Amino acid sequence: MTETLLSLSDISKQFDDKTVLDELSLTIDDGEFITLLGPSGCGKTTLLRMMAGFELPDQGTVTLSGVDITQTPPENRPLNTVFQNYALFPHMSVFDNVAYGLKMEKRPKAEIQERVEEALAMVQLEDFAKRKPHQLSGGQQQRVAIARAVVKRPKMLLLDEPLSALDYKLRRTMQVELKRLQRELGITFVFVTHDQEEALSMSDRIVVLKDGRIQQLGTPREVYERPANVFTARFVGQTNFFPGRVTKIEGERISVDVFGLNRDLSKPSFRVAMNQSLHVLLRPEDIRVLAPNDTEGVAGKIVERNYKGSTLDSVIELEDGSHVMASEFFDEDDPAFDYSIGERVRVSWVDGWEWLLAEEGDEPLTDEEELAADDAEH
Amino acid sequence: MRWLSRSYLALVYLLLYVPIVVLIVFSFNDSRTGYNWGGFSLRWYESLFNNHAMVQAMWNSLWLALTAATVSTCIGALTALALHRYRFRGKKVLNGMLFVVMMSPEIVLAISLLGLFLLLGLKLGYVSLLLAHVTFCLPFVVITVMARLSGFDERLPEAARDLGASDFTMTRTVLIPVIMPALMAGWLLGFTLSMDDVVVSTFVSGPSYEILPLRIYSMVRVGLKPEVNALGTLLLVFSLVMLMLSQWILSRSKQ
Repeated sequence: MTETLLSLSDISKQFDDKTVLDELSLTIDDGEFITLLGPSGCGKTTLLRMMAGFELPDQGTVTLSGVDITQTPPENRPLNTVFQNYALFPHMSVFDNVAYGLKMEKRPKAEIQERVEEALAMVQLEDFAKRKPHQLSGGQQQRVAIARAVVKRPKMLLLDEPLSALDYKLRRTMQVELKRLQRELGITFVFVTHDQEEALSMSDRIVVLKDGRIQQLGTPREVYERPANVFTARFVGQTNFFPGRVTKIEGERISVDVFGLNRDLSKPSFRVAMNQSLHVLLRPEDIRVLAPNDTEGVAGKIVERNYKGSTLDSVIELEDGSHVMASEFFDEDDPAFDYSIGERVRVSWVDGWEWLLAEEGDEPLTDEEELAADDAEH
Repeated sequence: MRWLSRSYLALVYLLLYVPIVVLIVFSFNDSRTGYNWGGFSLRWYESLFNNHAMVQAMWNSLWLALTAATVSTCIGALTALALHRYRFRGKKVLNGMLFVVMMSPEIVLAISLLGLFLLLGLKLGYVSLLLAHVTFCLPFVVITVMARLSGFDERLPEAARDLGASDFTMTRTVLIPVIMPALMAGWLLGFTLSMDDVVVSTFVSGPSYEILPLRIYSMVRVGLKPEVNALGTLLLVFSLVMLMLSQWILSRSKQ
């Protein structure tokens, strides 16, 4: 049922000898909300600008509904962009800003009037038509930018980190609003962000990018629960990486030694060999914190406790010195729940909630990526 | 201490403005000699406007300033845009050359222009004046426009293109309106520079086209006539109006 709207094949782009996009291929379906997610410098903005026509690929082709548009200038592409800092024309009123695209199409005056009003109503700014952009708040300017981009009824809307300049609360509201708009208009949205939370909550599919290559392409759930590699696992959400070693392979089951515990797991999709080292990934919310006299789990002690309202986040130091992040839902009836710092506990998880990844020559995150990931979490 | 600083300030303003005030007052003086008050009169204004050569020189100057400012604004704006938008060979040299023209002594510019015009066999008159004035106005316009462009949001032209505007339409509907205050400021700067230039004009003007600053200069050489006071007052009022106009444009664009 889904049709391919835009496809990029073998796109490469270099800026001053630095490879920004590396033989990247991607197809975008009609009507989907797809997010390009990655740290700064991963090529996501360049990719978006290539769809809009502001950058030309060094090699590769861009096709829209089967037509090659690689060399088509931006003004002739039926796509519109919402820019990061809105890029509203400062010398025009809100009405004229929104009407600009229709005037370029030489539409009759009555039609322009009607469609601009309709677009402004859609973003709840009917009463602001006569204002100048500088008389509006950041959120209102954002809405004008969206109205200006959708008034031409593009086949696709490209959004370049449109919410990054807004404060947290407003960003939340706009996220919901954008989703609603996308549903109502039925337009394909390509959304660029470095905020993994935003990507997870809004998208139909997420493209995780790093160094100009796609790391993973999948639904938010796939990306979060079954990350394709160490980078994706670290960039999207918080993850505990436990060192594991294969001790037994038997049909579709394998046994893995984690912190001296022997866990019986289902075989991962990649090839495993006896005594192979691998990562056992567990999200903080998959971790169970147990009483010290419990028979299950690994011993450790609480070193950090963070009350988050609906959850209680803690960091547990294991005997070998490694740290485990745990996030538990509040349960006031559970007396054992409230551990204090320094208290001895045991750490475990429910079998089947873990995710296995092969070791990748053990590449630690560079400082920059660490920062980007931190940034994305806040 | 306070008394001292206040009187110092008063002295500074006195030295600055007393000559101007004297000029204005004596432009309405009925007496022929410049140092005693003979009652209020507009006779010097009258004789100024009856002086055909003077009025002609005024119109010549206005026309020259108008055209020189307009031509240099057009060329200057395009130069600034090129320097801002594109990367090309010799960009740094071009940029540096602008400053060379701006910093070099006027007399050097005047002599070299005169040499050039003679070499080309150009008759000295309106055209030579115009070329010379455009030359020395140009760097000021370029710098004014470049300053505005440096704060220009690069996404604006892209947004216009994205919405279906061709490069030309984008320039007409977005780029020029946004940098308009800088264009006007550059134009006004060029206009004033051209209006009161003496040094370069002395060298490159011919008998066929007399301009105001040179006319005044030759008048004063013979002896200070009260007509000059009247002319000075008129020019002062004119500059003040221009100054207020430019301030008004700038304050409006800042909104």
